[in-house]
Amino acid sequence: MIRYIIKRLLAIIPTLFGVAVLIFLLLRVVPGDVVEARYMSGEGQFQSQELMQIERKKLGLDQPLWKQFATWMAGLVRFDFGLSMWTGNPITEEIKLRFALSLQLALMATLVATLLAIPLGILAAVKQDTWIDYAVRVFSIAGLAMPSFWLGILLILALLVFFHWLPPMVFTPIWVNPWENLAQLIWPALAVGYRYSAVSTRMMRSAMLEVLREDYIRTARAKGLWLKLILSRHALKNAMLPVLTIISLEFAFLLGGLVVTEQVFNLNGLGMLFVESIARRDYTLTQALVMLVATFYLVVNFAVDIAYAWLDPRIRYR
Amino acid sequence: MAVTPQTLEELARAEAQQPGWGSVILDFIRRRPLGALGALIVVVMVVTAATANILAPFDPLATDYAAMLSAPDARHWLGTDAFGRDVLSRIIYGSRTALMVGLGASLIGATLGSLIGVASAYFGGRVDLVVQRVMDVFFAFPVIILALAVVAILGTGAGNVILAIATPMVPRCARVVRASALAIREMPYVDAARAAGYGHRRIILGHMLPNVGAPILIMATAFLGEAILLEASLSFLGLGVQEPTAAWGLMLRGAAVQFAESAPWMAIFPGLAISLAVFGFNLFGDSLRDALDPRLRTQ
Repeated sequence: MIRYIIKRLLAIIPTLFGVAVLIFLLLRVVPGDVVEARYMSGEGQFQSQELMQIERKKLGLDQPLWKQFATWMAGLVRFDFGLSMWTGNPITEEIKLRFALSLQLALMATLVATLLAIPLGILAAVKQDTWIDYAVRVFSIAGLAMPSFWLGILLILALLVFFHWLPPMVFTPIWVNPWENLAQLIWPALAVGYRYSAVSTRMMRSAMLEVLREDYIRTARAKGLWLKLILSRHALKNAMLPVLTIISLEFAFLLGGLVVTEQVFNLNGLGMLFVESIARRDYTLTQALVMLVATFYLVVNFAVDIAYAWLDPRIRYR
Repeated sequence: MAVTPQTLEELARAEAQQPGWGSVILDFIRRRPLGALGALIVVVMVVTAATANILAPFDPLATDYAAMLSAPDARHWLGTDAFGRDVLSRIIYGSRTALMVGLGASLIGATLGSLIGVASAYFGGRVDLVVQRVMDVFFAFPVIILALAVVAILGTGAGNVILAIATPMVPRCARVVRASALAIREMPYVDAARAAGYGHRRIILGHMLPNVGAPILIMATAFLGEAILLEASLSFLGLGVQEPTAAWGLMLRGAAVQFAESAPWMAIFPGLAISLAVFGFNLFGDSLRDALDPRLRTQ
């Protein structure tokens, strides 16, 4: 088991390195740089070229590419993201609050998705091929079809019409005022969670159907056990594994994947920051964000693999 | 499973019993009502896009400042937007944008992805390993982040958006197709082709690719809905198709949110169009997958 863990953990490193190289190169291909983005727009259009060169030198943009990459890498291994090229603040400071927001939103959305998917999936499996089953299927496919930003707009519209509620302009962290924080984040979490429940609902249904055909379920039924007890004690446990996998993998992508929802609800999360930092050609910040999101994804993936191996010894030694 | 015809008469009878197109379609509707509904939505959308210039009551770009933000009525069935443009006409023309971007992105993504997948499986060994590791790198990016990065490099506009949406699809398609191609690589006909001295390109394109057609078709259909959704998201962010082109995501941007309370039709109808289109493609894709590949059947 320990060897398996170490092997999987080591496999993350080359992937992360690949992500670093890819995003580094991609950003250098994007036309323009942070100095141009700052001075070539608006009133500063006639900045002298020398001044811009000095500015570039200050940011280290005059260095050859490999040197820039080496400097960045040297910082990364010490968990030092460096300074934002646009604001000059430490990137850790820039990201901190936004990371908290995006992580909380991702967690809440995942919770909503789980709370929808598991009961609905079980219901659909138990009532297979009845109108309930079809209704659940249509409900979940509809969730997959509706853009979460549109669902968000509708939610805001409904809240506005019925409660005169508008999304607040500033974000309240949960440690400042939990109630206000939850009131703010529950709506985007619902919009995103509904959408992401679709795949897990269907997974729950098919996993449950598969388990219900097993011999031990038939035995339990033949013994005269209550259906409820069979479902909760025998079937659910065995059907949960693939569902938990799907849910965690979706969660892994939610951290950086909520760009549009954040826009609708006026939340300054990681997604908005990413769009902003690309527009400003803020290389260091964009790189840090991508590394953060990719690491998060890979670590969650790793955790799922380990949990899988731990829960199901059959796959451990492959 | 039909019995293989033995005699000539049986062969002739089997021939005569071949169901025609009409009964195949009827059978599909009876056995997969949801899939048929999806197919219907897809057909309606394609027809709408093809005949947009006949169907649309107004020019989708024509502004009418006398009728700004007017509510749905007999003249403007779905109302007008902040520039007095007819919402219905813009939705009808928007189906062109959605279909073009969706089809373009799925086609490019599926083609590139399946070529990489088949080649990776065919060559195996070190090539396969390297390709897989590179795909892993792409997998670590959330779809929208990758698409945004490509838009940043190429710029906005329909053509670039197609490439931006196709990019995250390539590794996903490659992975699925590679899995199918691995099984096919061991088939006798591939061995035979190799023994006959055919080149790599001929074996990959002529012998292996046609035999993984089903998974490619399934992936491409599944991508279509996702691509339409992604196009809408990018346009909504202002990083996709640009004004004044009629695109559904674009219609939800800016004024639609700003005037959501006083002019809700601007926010509701384009979103409905997106949802209906993606719903149709997803239903159709699901049923297609069930019909083409029983192994992947979602119970």
